[in-house]
Amino acid sequence: MQRKKVTIDGNEAAAYVAHQTNEVIAIYPITPSSPMGELSDAWSAVNKKNIWGTIPVVVEMQSEGGAAGAVHGSLQSGSLTTTFTASQGLLLMIPNMYKIAGELTPTVFHVTARSLSAQALSIFGDHSDVMSTRQTGFALICSNSVQEVMDFALISQRATLESRIPFLHFFDGFRTSHEVMKIEQLNVEDIRAMIDDSKVKEHRKRAMTPDNPFIRGTAQNPDVYFQGRETVNKFYMACPDMVQSAMNKFAEITGRQYHLFDYYGAKDADRLIIMMGSGAETAEETVDYLLSKGEKVGLIKVRLFRPFSVKDFIGAIPKTVKEIAVLDRTKEPGSIGEPLYQDVITALNENMSESKPLFAKMPRIIGGRYGLSSKEFTPTMVKAVYDELKKDNPKNHFTIGINDDVTNTSLDYDKDFVISESGQVSALFYGLGADGTVGANKNSIKIIGEETENFAQGYFVYDSKKSGTSTVSHLRFGKKPIKSTYLVTKADFIGCHFFGLLEKFDILKNIKDGGTFLLNTPYSKEETLTKIPRKVLEQITAKKLNFYVIDGFTVAKNTGMGTRVNTIMQTCFFAISGVLPKDEAIAKIKESIKKTYGAKGDEIVKMNYNAVDKTLENLFKVELSEIKPSKVEIPPIVSDKSPEYVKNTLATIMEGRGDEVPVSQMPVDGTFPSATTMWEKRNIALEVPVWDSEWCIQCGKCALICPHASIRIKAYDEKLLKDAPATFKHMTAKGKEFEPNTAYTIQVAVEDCTGCGLCVEICPAKNKKETKYKALNMADQMSIRETERENFEFFYNLPEFDRQKANVTTIKGSQFLQPLFEFSGACTGCGETPYVKLVSQLFGDRAIIANATGCSSIYGGNLPTTPWSKNKDGRGPAWNNSLFEDNAEFGMGMRLSVDKHNEYARELLIRLKDKVGGELVDGILKADQKDETGIYEQRERVAKLKDALVKIKTDESEDLLSIADYLVKKSVWIMGGDGWAYDIGYGGLDHVLASGQNVNILVLDTEVYSNTGGQMSKSTGLAAVAKFAASGKPRPKKDLALMALNYENVYVAKVAMGANDNQCLKAFLEAEAFEGPSIIIAYSHCIAHGINMTKALENQKAAVDSAYWALFRRNPEVAKEGKNPFKLDSGAPKIKFREYAYMETRYKMLTKMSPEHAEDLMKLAQVAVDDSWKVYQKLATD
Amino acid sequence: MDLTTKYLGLKLKNPIVPSASPLSKTLDRVKRMEDAGASAVVVYSLFEEQIEHEANEFEHYMSYGTESFAEALNYFPKPDEYNLGPEEYLKHISNLKKSVGIPVIGSLNGISKGGWMKYAKLIEEAGADALELNIYYVASNIKEDGAKVEEIYLRDFRAIKSTVKIPVAIKLSPYFSSIGNMATRLDEAGADGLVLFNRFYQPDIDLDKLEVLPNLELSTSNDLRLPMRWIATLYGKVKASLAATSGIHTYQDVLKALMVGSDVTMVCSELLANGIGRISEIIKDLEVWMEKNEYKSIDMMKGSISQKSVADPAAFERANYMKALNSFKIMV
Repeated sequence: MQRKKVTIDGNEAAAYVAHQTNEVIAIYPITPSSPMGELSDAWSAVNKKNIWGTIPVVVEMQSEGGAAGAVHGSLQSGSLTTTFTASQGLLLMIPNMYKIAGELTPTVFHVTARSLSAQALSIFGDHSDVMSTRQTGFALICSNSVQEVMDFALISQRATLESRIPFLHFFDGFRTSHEVMKIEQLNVEDIRAMIDDSKVKEHRKRAMTPDNPFIRGTAQNPDVYFQGRETVNKFYMACPDMVQSAMNKFAEITGRQYHLFDYYGAKDADRLIIMMGSGAETAEETVDYLLSKGEKVGLIKVRLFRPFSVKDFIGAIPKTVKEIAVLDRTKEPGSIGEPLYQDVITALNENMSESKPLFAKMPRIIGGRYGLSSKEFTPTMVKAVYDELKKDNPKNHFTIGINDDVTNTSLDYDKDFVISESGQVSALFYGLGADGTVGANKNSIKIIGEETENFAQGYFVYDSKKSGTSTVSHLRFGKKPIKSTYLVTKADFIGCHFFGLLEKFDILKNIKDGGTFLLNTPYSKEETLTKIPRKVLEQITAKKLNFYVIDGFTVAKNTGMGTRVNTIMQTCFFAISGVLPKDEAIAKIKESIKKTYGAKGDEIVKMNYNAVDKTLENLFKVELSEIKPSKVEIPPIVSDKSPEYVKNTLATIMEGRGDEVPVSQMPVDGTFPSATTMWEKRNIALEVPVWDSEWCIQCGKCALICPHASIRIKAYDEKLLKDAPATFKHMTAKGKEFEPNTAYTIQVAVEDCTGCGLCVEICPAKNKKETKYKALNMADQMSIRETERENFEFFYNLPEFDRQKANVTTIKGSQFLQPLFEFSGACTGCGETPYVKLVSQLFGDRAIIANATGCSSIYGGNLPTTPWSKNKDGRGPAWNNSLFEDNAEFGMGMRLSVDKHNEYARELLIRLKDKVGGELVDGILKADQKDETGIYEQRERVAKLKDALVKIKTDESEDLLSIADYLVKKSVWIMGGDGWAYDIGYGGLDHVLASGQNVNILVLDTEVYSNTGGQMSKSTGLAAVAKFAASGKPRPKKDLALMALNYENVYVAKVAMGANDNQCLKAFLEAEAFEGPSIIIAYSHCIAHGINMTKALENQKAAVDSAYWALFRRNPEVAKEGKNPFKLDSGAPKIKFREYAYMETRYKMLTKMSPEHAEDLMKLAQVAVDDSWKVYQKLATD
Repeated sequence: MDLTTKYLGLKLKNPIVPSASPLSKTLDRVKRMEDAGASAVVVYSLFEEQIEHEANEFEHYMSYGTESFAEALNYFPKPDEYNLGPEEYLKHISNLKKSVGIPVIGSLNGISKGGWMKYAKLIEEAGADALELNIYYVASNIKEDGAKVEEIYLRDFRAIKSTVKIPVAIKLSPYFSSIGNMATRLDEAGADGLVLFNRFYQPDIDLDKLEVLPNLELSTSNDLRLPMRWIATLYGKVKASLAATSGIHTYQDVLKALMVGSDVTMVCSELLANGIGRISEIIKDLEVWMEKNEYKSIDMMKGSISQKSVADPAAFERANYMKALNSFKIMV
């Protein structure tokens, strides 16, 4: 039967089968599984039907726990139901998984296997999550490649219906879930043929129905629970055969035969590796190589890990095997060995005790760990394991792929060993996130994979920052199926799509001799040769590369493509790589442009065609003879002045050489130093703000709004200017609060600025002579980089403004406080970080922060560097991210602990009063710490106390010494996005609000799950389009503030800094001062809104002007004075909701998709706004 | 009583036609216009800028920030099918034709020689009964002379007219040195209708922000005076139908516009300010007035106070200017 060849990723392959074989899909977004849910939702939204001709229902729940509950309920009610998840999400499903399995309910969960949060979170792939479910009673089946994902999704669907055992079908997160590969797509008939409808009916028959009532889910006692638990044995015993029979049936249909344990290698192998997952593909590739070298090696790919069939396992092993290495992609600290290793030993041991064992003598078995968090697993590592097995005393419990220089578990491997597949072309592309490189490469794979006989594979490595990002695309093409499940290590072609990346990466390190190098340059061919760093030119010459240059940005600009060089660079690739004949390739690019943009109007198509043609005219070959020695040196990755740890470890990670960091350089418990982003000078902005002091009114708004703390303000004694660099700008500080002769400077950290332009937008001071200019204006960064670097350094070393003298109740005064959250990796123009930074300025030197997983935990805590900083006294926010769902509770725990320390310290103080001195003790105990002076004075007293305690030297004095700092007021902040506060963490948040504890909750409300790509949350506004609300959210935004207002003793504020910065500042100060729970809900514009981020403050204003985002504060302290504690800070609606909403793509796109429906929703949205405005008005007047 | 009139060769049941405005963006509102008695509708304008840039802009915001960060490779569900301005417009025209009985007049707004012009044909194919061409040109290049500007109008008009069979009206601005001559030339070039006048929104200055403010103010009845003067002047001198637009708010305005020679009166600000229901009120008031004053038909009054029909043609000329100035009572 003819089957379509498609180039898709693993997620799409799984979802393709799952959507066609289920009726209900309940999900919750989590990386890397989210696309499966999104695709299912999108298919259902366009009425795509399952094999029974009905459209599956797709629902997004509030958490994975919720999704699992819904799945359980739906299954119990007889529908074929599935879910998709990973990592922490899977952990949250475990309780229900026991129930589902205990009730013998058929279902398949599709899981993109991912690391678990331990010493750190990681979104990347390994089997830690899956291995945490092996005790639940679910069958575990593993796919190793994109093709297998599609195949096993179907095989497991058949097997679960037949066996009644629920299945967890897993494949490696990112490596398989996001790898784009050419595969053969199953037909609907194939799927139909694999599903036995009688089993579906049996499943329905077991469903709960009042027409045939029964009770399930009883409570059992010691008398029968045990027996009840043993009833399922026969199902588990029968399951492996059923899976094998499903595999056989599948082979009949498709010709692809799988086994529970697939053996690959020499019939008489003496050395064997046993493993599962994508790494097995690499192992297979390596086995081929080793067999060709005459080595007797073999590989067992474990398909069905649970229920583990000893019989089938033993049956797969050649009798000749003497040495076995079992590779686990997980870590179980404290165990004898990892799960697969333990199972293999048990299985072989059991077999040894049988009457006719496979082996006369037990083979030697060693276990090892590899590939945690998508750590590369390459042929050289496989070879190293086989080589290890040759040794007399091979290392057991080894690791491979890292350098464990602490407990010496790691195996050595040859860093230069690679397997070259004949006829295979490998290519690497270095691009910027914004330039469309990845999209173009995905398109190239489609062209090659779907339009030619070639096989094609693509894998994409992204940045861990959200601004100024770079991407690396790894592509392979060839006549044979591609088994290389690792990054390209030797490339035939390398494209560098942004000149600046030559300094960031060692781009040509992995190019083959005689390979082709394409460079996108902003210069002419001749000038380019004078700008390329020496090292790069030497590599070009030494490796005799075919070197081409193009000024893609000029071509893009001249052809109306803006800054997107995707089509241009793709054209270059096809023109010079020789993957396809040039003319054929160009024709195919044009066809694909027509396909992609055809529906959106001829203009884009024409523009792209023109770009293709102009590209060829501007692509130039550089002959090696033209290359002259260069004096351009790549600057060191960090300054010489940076601390040792930054220089020795973090800089290695920054350089993209993190794989080389040995275990000894990693902290044992996940603790990293604060304030390290300041050493990572990213220089990502093309334009930066430049201060024009002539017009400056010293309002401080620019510093307040800056998302990256790269615009700073200081007021200082003008005498200090005597050492200032010549171009350092300053003016006289304006205002009564300053001593005479106080100088004032606004300084931009141009190397840290992302160029968002928000500061220029908010600047109210116009140049009165030429109103197009303001007191801040954007200008080219390159030309001022050197001088401003020097200026910033001088500025940074100027003394901080005295916190006691700053009038923090004004924007102006608050901006003299040092930001202790700086230069994060947040998006350019981020709407969240200005709030986060404000907290760090106002309270950072005494703040403890619990941060929910999400954008804020990523830009706040993703390696290599940390934006949470400290002041010159060494004080700053102490920050931690626990999980997504538990953040409110996590923060409350911190409060409990801080308060306990404080209470105990006070008790000890009283006990030690005589020794310490009554006056000091009374001073400390009665201290008023309401303002900066109070805090300062208390710190002084505590310092005196510590001096005294050191001399006392009793158990109690030492005890007090360890907690004396808790006598100074601490500020506990609980931060996170709306996904956390409105959905997954709401239960905990509600509990914390009700607890009366003195915590401050900051909800960074972007109204979608921003970090995972814009899925709907309960905060999403009515009529907005989001993932899982493709036809616009039909229900209004949950009013979290109103819910919090139900608790009378909670401080509640709703703020939008871009609309009213004073109200925002007041809210932060009042919330922190309030001795009880406070919650601030902060409007955070976001890239996921589809807006011009530079103009985002206009969106904030419009949101407030329409009363969609009414500003208010409810302070319980005011109620004590007998006044109405609720203060409405924004006025009656000035504009209609639609005027605000249609500024944003998230609302506007619905008018393009379904104008009448958009209009209906818009009317409902206006009603919702009107209604909530009435409620707030009433609260304000009551 | 016969309220019918003829405009662009179309027989209309009365002279009240809603002009191009956001009101006609939804089917529902156009149906309400029909129910209220509108005799035809000029649909909101499809702008050249929309045709040229909207696809680009939408593409930009849909793809901005994508493929950059591993957890969020995109931010929006990929719409299976969507219509940008031009397609949406054509679809809307065709939906309107299916759903309302009154003539539907498309409106195309552009200036440069370019791809947008082909939309005239597409609007025709979508079923529009006629097309109104709105050439909104601000001659901000002070080196460009008036003749050139006039040539642009004629060039664009001819280019559009040659591509379609449906009648084409042209909406003009009053800013020509010789508006009458310009109108005549367009008439000679084959204009089926002249729509007088386009309102140029004049920007204001925000003194707090020191910024230029775009300013849209609704018209008042006073704004009708300018079209009245020129319709009165052109009546009987051109073959093209005449439409009065700007300042039609009441039945009196309608009467005045008809009496100076308009074939239809186009209403917009009034509907934006006071609702679509005003159409039926104006028609009712018109009928009452005609009844009372014994007018049997619209035709009877059409052009009755045009320049060629009035006792004192100078009332529409310079002589009246002095009279007007002198009649002003100084109150301070």
